[in-house]
Amino acid sequence: MPPPRALTEFVAEANEVLETLAHDVAVLDAQRGHDPEPDLLNAVFRAAHSLKGLSAMFGQEKIAGLAHHLEDVLDALRLGKVQHDDTLIDTLLEGVDVLTLMLREASGDEAHPDTAPRAQALTEAFARLATGGSGAAVDVLDEVGLDPGIRNVFTEYEEHRLRENVKKGVALWKVRAVFSLEDFDQRLSALNATLKPLGEVISTLPSSQPGDDASIAFDLIFGSSRPRPEIATAVEGVAIVSPLTQKTMAPTPVPAAAPAPRKPPPTLFLQDASAPDLPAYGGSASPSGVMQGAEPSLRSLAQTVRVDIGRLDGLMNTIGELLTVRANIQRLSEVARNAGGAPLPKLWAQELQKETRALERKLDDLQNGVLDVRMVPLVQVFDKLARLMRRLVRQSGKDVHFEVSGGDVELDKLIVEELSDPLMHLLRNALDHGVEAPDQRVARGKDARGVIRLKAQQLGNQVQIEVGDDGAGMDEMRIRQVAIERGVVTREATDEMERRELLNLVFLPGFSTRADVSELSGRGVGLDVVKTNLSRLSGLIDIESRRGEGTRFLLTLPLTLAIIRALVVSVGERTFAVPLNSVTEIVSVKPAELRTIERREVLDVRGQTLPFVRLSRVFGLQELPVERHFVVIIGLAQERFGLAVDALLGQEDIVTKPLGGRLKGVRGIAGATELGDRRAVLVLDVGALVEDLKRPMAAVS
Amino acid sequence: MDGCKVLIVEDSRATRELLAAAIEVLEGVEVYTAVSGFEALKVLPRHRFALIITDINMPDINGLELINFVKKNPHYRQTPLFIVTTEGREQDRDRGLQLGADEYLVKPFQSELLTALARRYLKR
Ligand SMILES: Nc1ncnc2c1ncn2[C@@H]1O[C@H](COP(=O)(O)OP(=O)(O)OP(=O)(O)O)[C@@H](O)[C@H]1O
Ligand SMILES: [Mg+2]
Repeated sequence: MPPPRALTEFVAEANEVLETLAHDVAVLDAQRGHDPEPDLLNAVFRAAHSLKGLSAMFGQEKIAGLAHHLEDVLDALRLGKVQHDDTLIDTLLEGVDVLTLMLREASGDEAHPDTAPRAQALTEAFARLATGGSGAAVDVLDEVGLDPGIRNVFTEYEEHRLRENVKKGVALWKVRAVFSLEDFDQRLSALNATLKPLGEVISTLPSSQPGDDASIAFDLIFGSSRPRPEIATAVEGVAIVSPLTQKTMAPTPVPAAAPAPRKPPPTLFLQDASAPDLPAYGGSASPSGVMQGAEPSLRSLAQTVRVDIGRLDGLMNTIGELLTVRANIQRLSEVARNAGGAPLPKLWAQELQKETRALERKLDDLQNGVLDVRMVPLVQVFDKLARLMRRLVRQSGKDVHFEVSGGDVELDKLIVEELSDPLMHLLRNALDHGVEAPDQRVARGKDARGVIRLKAQQLGNQVQIEVGDDGAGMDEMRIRQVAIERGVVTREATDEMERRELLNLVFLPGFSTRADVSELSGRGVGLDVVKTNLSRLSGLIDIESRRGEGTRFLLTLPLTLAIIRALVVSVGERTFAVPLNSVTEIVSVKPAELRTIERREVLDVRGQTLPFVRLSRVFGLQELPVERHFVVIIGLAQERFGLAVDALLGQEDIVTKPLGGRLKGVRGIAGATELGDRRAVLVLDVGALVEDLKRPMAAVS
Repeated sequence: MDGCKVLIVEDSRATRELLAAAIEVLEGVEVYTAVSGFEALKVLPRHRFALIITDINMPDINGLELINFVKKNPHYRQTPLFIVTTEGREQDRDRGLQLGADEYLVKPFQSELLTALARRYLKR
């Protein structure tokens, strides 16, 4: 049986398959009245097929069973045995819905009473569809004289496509090309692109070139009604065209399928149906789909947490204690009611106070307990990363020791889930750009074996994760060059930048726009995406890198996103909440104590000079003259600065909600929250403020 | 079995992990993975594999085409090859065996079965 953790991965992948399926069915619906794209039909079929195999592997027999019936229908559809009409589309969509429900239940949701009967009804509907229609396929392939030897490598579907082409009188060709092992992927996809407008590439057969180990040959089985010279000219110098079959057939008249009455397509999918090449699950049938072949996201989509039973017991205890408090308060209110306006005994007030304090304490416990339940150890992600790294290292041909520590550090489940992709990206980079090849390392006087480190530690209310390597270090001149070339910055702007600022260019949007995906590096998403993802988690990322010695990426994250303690402050009439985990202390200064360095205000706190930021100026609010500034000292990762406010209103626990409407995406604001007195206030995005400070003379105006 | 390299070709991520885990149980065996027949073609020349395990239904180059390639190439012909198919696709499975696949497994199967089969072939 698969280990329990694998179930999460199953659910995640099955979810993706279902989403693709739903999407493809909608496109199919939109293509009604035309011959559906063979690629699309195959993609839909493959989705059902994958789902079946996948669910069976993970012991999900019910899902596998239903997916099996769905697969039969789709198989019949791609083989042209099923009418493409309303009933079909409706049944397919119902199939997606029911499978999604079943998947939810498999991942721990309560079973819905309707699911089983709906699945049963579907099974019958699928069976009706799959057996309906005329099946009899005359084997035309024999008639045209196809070499039986070559026929063996076709899957059933490919054979069907061959037949369809033959029936329409389309000639079958063998397009043979020999490419070097170095770049055969690019060349093959270029060849496919050339052929596509002229017909259908049904299959791609690789074969070796006897006596030539440096190249590989491909036979593309190609259906086209264009004359041979035209095809030959199109691929001239790249490939050779020869007929695959001895003869062609006269086209059999295709019975004009009465176009089924159309319902408007479901509005849910506003897909442009004119775009023919929709990405199919797991890559399209064309070799360009290979480009998507890199490891897909490790993120799991499951919305469930597994909870240690001890933690639940703890929660139950707290609730028990709360019930006692409630009983006591009830008794006290009874006494008050019975007194009917007469003065209450002195003891009464004392007791009420005592119970109120108990209530506070217990609610705190409850809150912490619930937060605890959301906490999961990082090892869940670290394990997956370690396995992937092992493989990547091996495939890279470099010699690397991968060191992992701090897997026991716990973080909010939400954060942990979102971390795997960014961490993987950083690790790939460490291997790709950091650690040098063994001979190079030796030449530089280093140990031939490199080290890549993944390390987590808890620092107060924050967790720091380090991805480090002892490789080449980042090359700021190269980064500068790339940034200028890609138009991320102007050459002039980089003139005054220090190394640190230059390194930080890699985080700017558009820096990494690689069209090609090397085997090791990411999916073409760069560090800018890593950074955006982290700031969504209220996290920060920092680079420390020394030429020739290595690079460290430092991620600083809050322990949880759910409930945070905040300092409530005000500026003029406005109230803001500042997450307390980033507040190190509060001081007050006279305006005269401020200084200006390089046109920026600074203040001195016990011998340290910190940037001084007026919250009023950040948001363009009115500034009132004050005798003293209240300064909240903010510390995040290595950065510290003083934030001047007009008044401190106290502390509260808040739940941050994302903003909608006009305020959405306003820099410096993480969201909104409601205070105990029902007042809605904005929560500061301390990370963004720190970022802006690091920028040369930016947004602080 | 020390240093034996096994290539797993499978487009489903979760299944790939499961297959890899079943092989990684074997002491000293190194697992390589490819997400399609096409990727497998890129990885093949770089290593000497002691065993190849492939799915049949994959985008771009399918499992049958991969088997055909492997079993016709003098460099790889000797490499044992297992196919992993889904029930109901017997024709594909039969063709795979005709093309020279050494063993087949029909999903769902117990991972212990894969481990045991692999052990048998890797010991040779
Ligand atoms: N650990 C590292 N050591 C040295 N240089 C690094 C390291 N990590 C990143 N870099 C540098 O930062 C640049 C940007 O990295 P980023 O991940 O954004 O893009 P990429 O790796 O070039 O492309 P891809 O999108 O394929 O990941 C890299 O090109 C490299 O020069
Ligand atoms: Mg990268």
